[in-house]
Amino acid sequence: MLTSIRLSQIFVLDQDAALDFYVGKLGMEVHTDIDLGFMRWLTVCVPGDREREVLLEVPGQPSMDDRTAEQVRELVTKGATGGWLGLTVEDCRKAYESLRAQGVEFTDEPTERVYGIDCGLRDPFGNLIRLNQPTAAPTPC
Amino acid sequence: MSRTVEESNRRLLRARDAMDREYAKPLDVPTLARITHTTEGHFIRTFRATFGETPHRYLQRRRVERAMFLLRATERSVTDISLDVGFMSLGTFSRTFRAIVGESPSDYRRQRPADTAPVPTCFMRAWSRPSSLVEAAAGAWR
Repeated sequence: MLTSIRLSQIFVLDQDAALDFYVGKLGMEVHTDIDLGFMRWLTVCVPGDREREVLLEVPGQPSMDDRTAEQVRELVTKGATGGWLGLTVEDCRKAYESLRAQGVEFTDEPTERVYGIDCGLRDPFGNLIRLNQPTAAPTPC
Repeated sequence: MSRTVEESNRRLLRARDAMDREYAKPLDVPTLARITHTTEGHFIRTFRATFGETPHRYLQRRRVERAMFLLRATERSVTDISLDVGFMSLGTFSRTFRAIVGESPSDYRRQRPADTAPVPTCFMRAWSRPSSLVEAAAGAWR
């Protein structure tokens, strides 16, 4: 039987810029950063939750041909890859103010929903991220 | 694709996000064009080339999507909702709503239950928006 989701992935266009954002600003931490030769295996996780990693993958050779990589990059920058993260926070409004002061680009302000208080932001490449402060049982974002 | 196109896409996405936030305000093409670092005409052309519809049409669908939500989730009058989402008159709202959704706001409200599923709002917004393909097939917006 399945027991958990341990590893997921989103496309980024530059791993150093991704690290600066996801670790330097968002507050995630590096889980694994290894040069495999054919690729840099770079994963991040939420502090205190090392059981779940997010792979920050750059589209390109040899995993995919140049034309396909171009298409993926185009979709990422249009916000249309479908890859996104839903993160839980203790205080959504406080997180919003802190990240906004660091220049993070928000799509919408903290708003009360039926499932909690949430807001949306984008990473430097166009991926969507939701921050949610759940009211009761945790929900996807 | 060049980095220039990627940067253009990213700025256009930023402008589209601004439209999503400010949907109830009049379409401010000069401001949106400034976000994308282009002229107004170039902004409209590149937006359409990138997202498949003009900024005006995107904003209309965004407003109608919000109206659909408010019709389902609140008991506000159709007139109030039309003003809430940025239309200047009930007549324009009703015509636009019917052209996009295929029925009047009142009929839509009668036939749809209120939202109860604990689905993230961002998904509800993206997936409950009326499709531009349906509009095109219906011959609307010519």
